Amino acid sequence: MGAILVLGATSDIAKATIHKLAAKGRDLVLAGRRMDEMEKMKRDLEIRYQVTIWIEPFDALDFDWHETFFTRCVEKAGKLDGLLLMYGTMADQKEAEQDFSVAKQMIDVNYSSAVSILNLAADYFEKRKAGFICGVSSVAGDKGRKSNYIYGSTKSALTTYLEGLRNRLHASNVHVMTIKPGIIDTKMTYGVVEPTPLMAPPETAANDIVKGLDRKKETVYTPWFWLFIMLIIKHLPEKWFKRTDL
Amino acid sequence: MGSYITKEIYAWGKYPKETCHVYRPEQPEEVKSILGSREQEHWIAYGLGRSYGDAPLNRGHGVIQTERLNHMLEFDADTGLLTCEAGVSLDEIIEVFLPRGYFLPVTPGTKYVTVGGAIANDIHGKNHHVDGCFSEFVHSFTLLTASGDVIRCSREENRDLFYATVGGIGLTGVILTATIQLIRVETAYMNVTYEKARNLDEALELFIQNDRNYKYSVAWIDCLAKGDSLGRSVLMRGNHAQKADLPHMIKDPLSFKQKQKWAVPFDFPSFTLNSYSVKAFNQVYYSSYQNSTKLVDMTSFFHPLDSIRDWNRLYGGNGFVQYQAVFPEDQRPEEGLRTLLTRLSDARVSSFLAVLKSSGPANEGLLSFPMKGYTLALDIPIKGPALFRFLRELDEIVLAHGGRVYLAKDSTLEPEVFQRMYPRWRDMVNLKKDIDPHGVFSSSMSRRLGLT
Repeated sequence: MGAILVLGATSDIAKATIHKLAAKGRDLVLAGRRMDEMEKMKRDLEIRYQVTIWIEPFDALDFDWHETFFTRCVEKAGKLDGLLLMYGTMADQKEAEQDFSVAKQMIDVNYSSAVSILNLAADYFEKRKAGFICGVSSVAGDKGRKSNYIYGSTKSALTTYLEGLRNRLHASNVHVMTIKPGIIDTKMTYGVVEPTPLMAPPETAANDIVKGLDRKKETVYTPWFWLFIMLIIKHLPEKWFKRTDL
Repeated sequence: MGSYITKEIYAWGKYPKETCHVYRPEQPEEVKSILGSREQEHWIAYGLGRSYGDAPLNRGHGVIQTERLNHMLEFDADTGLLTCEAGVSLDEIIEVFLPRGYFLPVTPGTKYVTVGGAIANDIHGKNHHVDGCFSEFVHSFTLLTASGDVIRCSREENRDLFYATVGGIGLTGVILTATIQLIRVETAYMNVTYEKARNLDEALELFIQNDRNYKYSVAWIDCLAKGDSLGRSVLMRGNHAQKADLPHMIKDPLSFKQKQKWAVPFDFPSFTLNSYSVKAFNQVYYSSYQNSTKLVDMTSFFHPLDSIRDWNRLYGGNGFVQYQAVFPEDQRPEEGLRTLLTRLSDARVSSFLAVLKSSGPANEGLLSFPMKGYTLALDIPIKGPALFRFLRELDEIVLAHGGRVYLAKDSTLEPEVFQRMYPRWRDMVNLKKDIDPHGVFSSSMSRRLGLT
């Protein structure tokens, strides 16, 4: 069995997913910017689950480094069975409207870098005719809203990319899955987003992701009810929707 | 800095409920910057909220939730020494290490407590009469103090701070990491002997006769029984089962199944538990036991209530208090217990979870609870203010016999009574003057008891 590469390993959804995968005996390559935090995760996971964990520095915006990075991950683990892309950034909408550099940073992290790294991963898994690629997009990508449309558009670009990739890699037996989380109780939302009954713990998202991988799902809304919320929102006539304050 | 949520929080007894500013750090370094922010005047750590009263609450002030500080940092399979962050729960430790043949040295009646909480309340379990408190198995811990320094404490290093923190209800700082000793076990099963005692005298007689033969010992006690039956009990005592004790059909001696989880879906109306329903329950419960020895899985023996999620809802939305007192051996504990039980059964105070246990010698923890003798714990639903007057009567009975009440369960003790029960309170106050002169660490409990 090969390892699973996790990009953005210190995000809360990534952490919860990593625990579930390690509990199933999977070896993992953790990639991200915070090496000291990943070093601690490695110790924790190796004690708890007796699996092998590698850690590798990864900066989404260092595009020139992506190829070397990916090769190093493959060399370290010997073989990759799958990749989880779990990083992302959300800037304040107003700031992103006023200051293009803020918008561009969000576009580059959430979309450009994903294209760069997933192009490499796609070739790798295509040649092996096996494996999976799972990307964390967002329900915010399903509908542009004035409160969040720049972030939302980076996520809908990612969703579309993953859709096309799924189509391309289907013939090579590579499973491509898109995750669309709703509001998750993470350090990004704690004390920032008003607590609501819609908010779910990262473990719920992790459960849905691992279940989705097992069942080779195409798109997973997590928690599940967001599928229906977004279905309704998407089908509101634009004529009305443009008047709303969502 | 400083993302926090202002909300009403409470511990397991759901009394009191207080509005606090709740922070949730994910790294030990964050705890430091949260304290450094001085956004709140007073702070206290909150683990999984399984103490009962106001020990982890801080009305109008800062609460540091530690549940996400839960990395395991080092484990030595030869010695069984585990180093982990303070937010790791006992549940996680069992899940990881029981399949490898290690078990907790001390566990309370629930496994949903953090290592930090276990130290700060110096918890005890069914093996207190033999092994002592949780702290006996704590080699060292690191403590973030009011000055912002992280101090390593053990019996050799910073001994005073070690014994002030053990049972010190969070007043010395935030415990960040701890190194604890796990014990080896061959199986995930217990050999348990059940014996019925028709009254208190019989129960104590059984404890005195042969408690030493059992590593774990506890008795369920009927607090409503009167007269000749006062204090009738079922003693449940046991030892770890060896591999050879298991029937052949058990293939993996260390595998343990998480019990089917039942959940209590809502707060029951507070009249559900009354003296009639509890009396009926107690009768059925007492009759259901025969004197016997059985092989029992660890979950059923140590953590029977954990398989019912949110069981505290049975007591209704007003919450309940748990009253746990210890009666020292050298001050006629049998009289103290008899007086207390008589008072309870006369008042028809319904408690269907009452536990009697023999306890071992006290340790050096300034505010650590146990002392050699007997401890009695009971739950009482809160139905009105009369209960609080009644508890003061119980305090007097306990005091008259040189005993004291467990702070981890307390929400109502008055400062003068507390000071008489815990004569070393003054040492704690003096130590606080040294290490925390501005009272950075202070809780609703410590202010109620006059400690800060």
